[in-house]
Amino acid sequence: MNGTPRFSSTPTPSSAVGQPVLAVQKLTVDFPTPDGVVQAVRGVSYQLAPGEVLGIVGESGSGKSVTSLAVMGLLPRTARVSGSVRFRGQELIGLSDKQLAAVRGRKIAMIFQDPMTSLNPVYKIGYQLAEAVLAHNDVGRDAARRRAVELLELVGIPFPEKRIDQYPHEFSGGMRQRVVIAIAMANDPDVIIADEPTTALDVTVQAQVLESLRAAQAETGAAMVLITHDLGVVAGQADRVLVMYAGKPVEIGLVDDIYHAPQMPYTLGLLGSLPRLDVRSRNRLTPIQGAPPSLMNLPPGCPFTPRCPLAQSLCEAREPDLLPVAGESHFAACHYSERLRGHPDPAELFAQTADDTHLPVEFGARRAAEAGPAPSDVATMEGALDRGDAEDGEEEIL
Amino acid sequence: MTATPATTATQTSGEPILSVRHLVKEFPIYSSGILRRRIGAVHAVSDISFDLHPGETLGLVGESGCGKTTTSRALLHLQPATSGEVLFEGRDVTKLPKRRLRALRRDLQLVFQDPYASLNPRISVHEIIAEPLKIHGLYGDGGRRAVADLMRRVGLNPEHGNRFPHEFSGGQRQRIGIARALALKPRVLVLDEPVSALDVSIQAGVINLLEDLQDELGLAYLFVAHDLSVVRHIADRVAVMYLGKIVEIGPSDELFERPLHPYTQALISAIPIADPRRERERERIIVRGDVPSPANPPSGCRFRTRCQKFATLSEADAERCVTQEPGLVDRGLGAAHPAACHYAETLRVL
Repeated sequence: MNGTPRFSSTPTPSSAVGQPVLAVQKLTVDFPTPDGVVQAVRGVSYQLAPGEVLGIVGESGSGKSVTSLAVMGLLPRTARVSGSVRFRGQELIGLSDKQLAAVRGRKIAMIFQDPMTSLNPVYKIGYQLAEAVLAHNDVGRDAARRRAVELLELVGIPFPEKRIDQYPHEFSGGMRQRVVIAIAMANDPDVIIADEPTTALDVTVQAQVLESLRAAQAETGAAMVLITHDLGVVAGQADRVLVMYAGKPVEIGLVDDIYHAPQMPYTLGLLGSLPRLDVRSRNRLTPIQGAPPSLMNLPPGCPFTPRCPLAQSLCEAREPDLLPVAGESHFAACHYSERLRGHPDPAELFAQTADDTHLPVEFGARRAAEAGPAPSDVATMEGALDRGDAEDGEEEIL
Repeated sequence: MTATPATTATQTSGEPILSVRHLVKEFPIYSSGILRRRIGAVHAVSDISFDLHPGETLGLVGESGCGKTTTSRALLHLQPATSGEVLFEGRDVTKLPKRRLRALRRDLQLVFQDPYASLNPRISVHEIIAEPLKIHGLYGDGGRRAVADLMRRVGLNPEHGNRFPHEFSGGQRQRIGIARALALKPRVLVLDEPVSALDVSIQAGVINLLEDLQDELGLAYLFVAHDLSVVRHIADRVAVMYLGKIVEIGPSDELFERPLHPYTQALISAIPIADPRRERERERIIVRGDVPSPANPPSGCRFRTRCQKFATLSEADAERCVTQEPGLVDRGLGAAHPAACHYAETLRVL
């Protein structure tokens, strides 16, 4: 994009050719609450190759942030974490805080969503940058300060020598986030985990920050996990994409495969419900009916079943595994993903379930098991007809 | 800006239902200390004018702090304008006495951004939707049925009327807010970021609902949003705001495909598209710096401090941007498509 090199677009099948820098295996996170156990993450596995950008997308509550907090060992003590997280072969789960401190910031750095809360308001920017340098390097204050100026320059902050003696409140939101990026790259990490790094920012500032993030990655050669709900940001930044739903990965693959040949109805539904900036269209969007399930007392079977147009009785009985679907780098968790091959139009697929005049399924409740619309469901039938008309409407891709 | 701006009537040649003329909203800044003298003002909205026609959707876009929410509040007289006129069918909203204003609000309703903060958590959904009817003395005998109809209309189950807001998901709450706004059969809905708090799969359903309601009820929408993809989808015309001013206004497809103002061009080009192939090919215009403070806006053109075009101008040409404020007038580029730039020219960025 825009002349900047993209990193390591080499496909990374899970039977990784080289050594992955980060390997997450069957990671689960439970939060016991008075009302029951919330299963926030229910078995996440992925491998991150050196220099690669993995985008993790999902809606609120899908477990994408909790997964990364678990990787960094930043969850509260009440959380029950199991599974394995290996950084270059070293197991991180179960390490003490002291042992983790050698890894955090040095090998794996994290960028949080809100730059105002991740910077300390009472210390100067320079102090906070130098702190990150001094924590892992045996250098003097002067050397740390020189490195701090250099880092600010790298992320594109003008007049770094002057800015270094200012406080966070003297920086705008986008500038603050760039300072956070500079701190993350201070120790040349091998992995950067960016959790919604641009969500709080305006679009023109988002573009600046994404550019800084790319600069940081080019400088350090780090692999990156980019967590976001914005399918546009991922499309432009990631080499591979992992889609999460109800605490589990439901699809993972190369960015082009995920966007142009999704093999899991949820992914297809997400893409269909997204209004496109570059499409001149008066067509209706195709929402996904209902809402994500509560992560407490999940019923057996695929958690997407109540919202899925392909759902059959098997889907309610057994949760599908993440299996290879097309090529060795594309995996999806759906019993019927072969039905999505050559079915790229979400409007058609979601037509019967997505209609608005259909009374919404009660929050968290399951759809009645019967397949097909009941004869009395006239509204739904009309809706389906409407959509048929709309499909004939103009759609011009610029 | 002395000349009436070139307001447009794309699909409707008739009278606008809502006309905004030279609307200004300033928030005073006071000095600290005992005297608290007025030492300046935040120019949140600086002299904007536009028309809204019956049945049309006008999108109002811009980044945070550009004055779009202040504009929507001033239209409903929730925050009185500092100066200027808001004409609803010829009557000036800003000069109406309180009693008349209430009657006018039947025709002009607002849907808020945050579906969690805008519903009273202590009263049932039925009561929430019935409240405007009761205030206007319209509840009467048929009220219960009217509320049930409204709930059905926005895709909620009327049997859930006795439930409380916390029992609904975000998308369903936004539908409750829409039902409440529709209760008095308004003709204009001001929608202030109605879907930005929702997840994409839920957002699409609410957008579809708004489109259906417009087709059925002939409503006019002022759709305030920062998400340009949503605005492109729903709006007939779009106005782009920067630092309290409208910098460009025009028919939606025209504005997105042939933007004239450098700010609009940068804004559109900064938005990521959910298509990896297209993203790789796109040229991105990256504007430098941040939005200046509205308490002390730049002289001349307010965008010049960040403008990619300004940077390429000769000194003589650039002088004009510094000293002379560009008016929002037709630049002879595209139909009904005025832009506030001395050096406006078409640039395809999609």
